[in-house]
Amino acid sequence: MTETTNGARSTNGGNGAGAGAAATSELPVLTRKDFVSDQEVRWCPGCGDYSILAQTQKVMPDFGYPKENIVFISGIGCSGRLPYYMNTYGFHTIHGRAPAIATGLKAARPDLMVWVITGDGDALSIGGNHLIHSLRRNVDVRIVMFNNRIYGLTKGQASPTSELGKVTKSSPYGTIDFPVSPLAIALAAEASFIARSVDTHTEHLQKTLEAAGKHRGSTFVEVLQNCNIFNDGAFRDFTDREVREDRMLILENGQPMIFGKDRDKGIRLNKHQPEVVTIGENGVTEADLLVHDETDPLIAWMLAHLWWPDFPVPVGIVRNLTRPTHDQMLNDQIAQATTARGTGDLKKLLSAGETWTVE
Amino acid sequence: MTTEAPPQPAQPAEKQLERVTIRFAGDSGDGMQLTGTQFTRTAAAFGNDISTYPDFPAEIRAPAGSLPGVSGFQLSFSSTEIHTPGDAPDVLVAMNPAALKANLGELPAGGALIVNEDAFTSQNLTKVGYAANPLTDGSLKQWNVFNVPISTLNGRALEGLGLTNKQVDLTKNFFALGLMFWLYERDMAGTVKWIDDKFSKRPEIAEANKRALKAGYNFGETTEIFHERYIVPPAKLAPGHYRNITGNEATALGFVAASKLAGRDLFYGSYPITPASDILHQLAGYKNFGVKTFQAEDEIAAIGAAIGASYGGAMGMTASSGPGIALKSEALGLAVMVELPLVVVDVQRSGPSTGMPTKTEQADLLQVLYGRNSDSPVAVVAPATPGECFQFAIEAWRLALKYMTPVVYMSDAFLATGAEPWHIPDVADLASIAVPNRTERDGFYPYLRDATTLARPWAVPGTPGLEHRIGGLEKADILGNVSYDPDNHHRMQLLRQAKIAGIAADIPPLDVFGPSEGDLLVLGWGSTYGAIRSAVERLQATGASIAHAHLRYLNPLPANTGDVVRAYKRVLIPEVNLGQLSMLIRAKFLIDAVGYNKVRGKPFRIAELEAEADRLLAGRERVEENVAATPLPKRVAAPAPTGDAG
Repeated sequence: MTETTNGARSTNGGNGAGAGAAATSELPVLTRKDFVSDQEVRWCPGCGDYSILAQTQKVMPDFGYPKENIVFISGIGCSGRLPYYMNTYGFHTIHGRAPAIATGLKAARPDLMVWVITGDGDALSIGGNHLIHSLRRNVDVRIVMFNNRIYGLTKGQASPTSELGKVTKSSPYGTIDFPVSPLAIALAAEASFIARSVDTHTEHLQKTLEAAGKHRGSTFVEVLQNCNIFNDGAFRDFTDREVREDRMLILENGQPMIFGKDRDKGIRLNKHQPEVVTIGENGVTEADLLVHDETDPLIAWMLAHLWWPDFPVPVGIVRNLTRPTHDQMLNDQIAQATTARGTGDLKKLLSAGETWTVE
Repeated sequence: MTTEAPPQPAQPAEKQLERVTIRFAGDSGDGMQLTGTQFTRTAAAFGNDISTYPDFPAEIRAPAGSLPGVSGFQLSFSSTEIHTPGDAPDVLVAMNPAALKANLGELPAGGALIVNEDAFTSQNLTKVGYAANPLTDGSLKQWNVFNVPISTLNGRALEGLGLTNKQVDLTKNFFALGLMFWLYERDMAGTVKWIDDKFSKRPEIAEANKRALKAGYNFGETTEIFHERYIVPPAKLAPGHYRNITGNEATALGFVAASKLAGRDLFYGSYPITPASDILHQLAGYKNFGVKTFQAEDEIAAIGAAIGASYGGAMGMTASSGPGIALKSEALGLAVMVELPLVVVDVQRSGPSTGMPTKTEQADLLQVLYGRNSDSPVAVVAPATPGECFQFAIEAWRLALKYMTPVVYMSDAFLATGAEPWHIPDVADLASIAVPNRTERDGFYPYLRDATTLARPWAVPGTPGLEHRIGGLEKADILGNVSYDPDNHHRMQLLRQAKIAGIAADIPPLDVFGPSEGDLLVLGWGSTYGAIRSAVERLQATGASIAHAHLRYLNPLPANTGDVVRAYKRVLIPEVNLGQLSMLIRAKFLIDAVGYNKVRGKPFRIAELEAEADRLLAGRERVEENVAATPLPKRVAAPAPTGDAG
């Protein structure tokens, strides 16, 4: 039924997974510049969003979708402006609702590649319900959440990821709300792809966005992003160049969890608890370390709760599963019903049930 | 079926009636809605004109035998054209004391009362506060009472099927139905077929229901308590092919038809809410029509997903009732701002807040028109009868697509669940719906408007070269970029308003039933149509100078509305709210319209509107008791402020 959805469909538009990629050979080669819109970027100078935008534009040509088949949908907040700067289709919607709007778009148009750009307030506070349900339905949408642990656009109130006791304009005596772990929420909501990266780690961010773009199904990427105006240095303790190798754990599927400048530290399970160990000390070898498995929910749950200073902060792909997507299942049901009952006949439908004729 | 040979009773007399109104009443678990629906189908298929009023509690199973648990189904069937389910029943079927108590007040003296006397146990009587059994204490003298031991007789008919007492008890509604079929000389074949289809996998249950039905029928045949049977001949409806239809059914069919006529897939995002959910249930079964249904996590996601689908080129729509419409308001404002086609259904119910979820009301009009931030115009249509719901579902989409605008389609609980015979339209007669579809690159701007409709182009993702960004921020005229320019904002507000106002040139003028000028115009909208029309007909028959006009378009109003309301000395506006259309008409046209406003969760009766219209025609003062159920308490004046507070 998809061909009747849209008369304007690009001839490259296919159906479901890999549709865009399949058409790569016929497409002109696109570059980052093709994805830069004519609008002036208006984030504060020094904002982490610039880097996220640049990496996003950089990875877009890699997916093989013609740019008219890519849509960026956002909610409200500083992150919400990103679609204006992408030379694709874009929809700057209302606070927290971008995942809902993306769900309808993807259901109607399985051929599109859809991205949702959101922030910690937009996704986890006002839009928490939509985030959870779009993830659990495995809607084939890439959600990139900029987490700066503050409300920036409204000038500095506490967010759902702000640390307990944080003094902000709305919490002069410190917040009394415990923060949430975005990764744990995504995991509880059964997202099929969950990852984390950092705005200033451009290479890692690029790699992470590339993996996210290639995934089919609900994709959640948390980007730790610095708001240099209202929450400067929120992640500095472990993201600064001098310390990051010792304080962050870069996840590699199937590889032991090793970190540190000298690659000598690792995560080991002690009974049920993770602990940081040093390879070569107390008889610890690489074989003792936990091996990352992107399909293991218990490892993912543990990773979602590791945080500096008790642990290195994990970045990379936490979870990656293959599951049928919402639009696939929706369209499969339509195809099955059509096969079983034939294409709907309006005349028959209107006259269904008990009828009678008046002469 | 009972096996003993039926005795040969004296044949009861046959009496022909023009119209009969029956109310079935029992526990909400007694199957009264099903009983009423089956009788309705049978009467409709026989060729009567029919009108129904299902009246049920929000509780699925309130405590058995309690007053809040009483469920009723009133239907009127007639050999002439009718517009309402009847002011009051001629026959009340009461399955227990609670049903009797809750409904007796509406049964006129002399009316027939058929009761299941087995249910009048001391326990059931006590539950609803009967000190003595009304069946035996002489208190029902003014009615024509038929005591039938329905439970006992039904139990006997089902002996030997090996069913539990509970299973047997669940079929007693069909005994009552069978008895009514006998009383009104109706054929049981349709219901027998329905039972066979419904219980095809449980033959013992099918058999039990059929036995109950036939036992009821045979009881009528063999007993001698009924001295008359009644015949209501077929009505002279316009020639054509008919079916029985409720407002919600016609609404769902109309949307499927609109999708076919426009050649775009329907996307229906919805969150369960009474009384709109049945539209979702029905559409969910039409997958082979390309209909995509989405049960969202909440009302906001339901409209959000619909907007997303429309953005992608599908026909995105959502439905709810008042509380859900409130939740959708912000997203509806977004759809106004981004000017995408969208249809929002509001099946109104009693409010405010949760109110009375299964009861009808028309009090969302101002919410729909004005319940959003800023000036945020949407088109609003409102069908008047269950059958019209089909036509206006298509019309809502015609306007949404042509003008690139959200359209709100207003129904209500009475319209949604009430049924009438529906003249099935010929599909070939349905006009196709033109769909804007911008693909041309040259001269494309997201907010460049059509010179006639003022609609902006629909350029959907996937169209090469038309990549653009839209959103809730104010847009520069034509270019569509974000703009904070003061003059631009003022201009865009005016453009949005002018676009909707311009629809007035594209809709039929307000039609008047009766003289085109005179003493009194009764103006209504929505489901009050039937009661108003009948009241006006009655008064016209007495020679009164009275007319009826019914608004199907609430925004914009038909272009001649002002001329129509000014052509009469008085204008009466009955509404099941506290005066919302009245306020609009008074404000827009500066006329002294008089409201008739009752919000009892029930449709108007013909008689009350007739009395009110008659009062205005005669120039009598209004008696307040006719409007308010009981007088409100006298307000005690607050002490005057002393000026030295604090």
